[in-house]
Amino acid sequence: MTMAAGGGSPEALSFHVAGDHHPENGTLLGFWVYLMSDCLIFACLFAAYGVLGREFAGGPTAAEVLELPTVAINTTLLLLSSITYGFAVLEMQRDRQKPMMLWLAITGLLGAGFITLELREFAHLISIGAGPQRSAFLSSFFALVGTHGLHVSSGILWLIVLMVQVSKKGLISANKRRLMCLSMFWHFLDLVWVGVFSFVYLMGVLP
Amino acid sequence: MSAHTESEHGHGETAEHAHDDLGIHATLKGYLTGFVLAAILTIIPFWLVMSGGFEKSSTTALVVLAFAAVQIVVHMIYFLHMNTKSEGGWNMLALVFTIVLVVITLSGSIWIMYHLNSNMMPSQMQDPANLP
Repeated sequence: MTMAAGGGSPEALSFHVAGDHHPENGTLLGFWVYLMSDCLIFACLFAAYGVLGREFAGGPTAAEVLELPTVAINTTLLLLSSITYGFAVLEMQRDRQKPMMLWLAITGLLGAGFITLELREFAHLISIGAGPQRSAFLSSFFALVGTHGLHVSSGILWLIVLMVQVSKKGLISANKRRLMCLSMFWHFLDLVWVGVFSFVYLMGVLP
Repeated sequence: MSAHTESEHGHGETAEHAHDDLGIHATLKGYLTGFVLAAILTIIPFWLVMSGGFEKSSTTALVVLAFAAVQIVVHMIYFLHMNTKSEGGWNMLALVFTIVLVVITLSGSIWIMYHLNSNMMPSQMQDPANLP
């Protein structure tokens, strides 16, 4: 009897090993999988640029239209916005809402500065006749850089919505989870921008 | 008053579950290390290209790509808090899967298109032997 009970003991039947890490909340993992799918979109756009980036069709070349000083400022703005979001996360961990909101606001302003400079660059390109319809190079350029800009714009919109949510409900765990998701999104965009400024701008202006 | 009690409640709840829910422990040191490394890894390729680069532009391109690859790893570790243990290893698994797909997409597209260029020369197109 005791042998039979031993064979069917709860220990033998348990499906979760004690002490095994079992995340209670899969939101961050799910959001990570979303970011990875986003990564694939960017990979396709990078591949398109890699294939078409030197097809100028008699139009302006990358070296003629891309301005590195503007891109350097843009890169600085995005990198600074990454570290200010990091400061916001640190304040969130200490449950200090006011300084956190301040860092979030600074992050949003830096992101807005990035978008402003990028839109000015696009407007300048289109005004000199180097719009997306001019050549395969410019089509793939606008598709890749524009998609990244759209992501940053969505991030700023999300940031504003989140600031409203935090100011209404405070630092509840749901808001903390959202802040961590946006944190991943924001840092991921900075990561993609590393690829953009290296592959499109720095390598584009090389002879 | 009601808002106060709600936030108090939320505070107590998060204090209990914060570590289980978020599983990420960001530190000031980590962010600053990442920022300084990222800044250095950005400035060097910009300076290299803006000052003219190496004699062969393909060398400059390779150096720029190498710096970008290192910087992406820096962002992953210090900003996205990637490690092999987060979310029971599923984070890393999804990342590895994505990297495989990205490498296939990028290298495959560029490889095929460059060969297409040389295989589709006009002389070959008109050769009747190549027609179906």
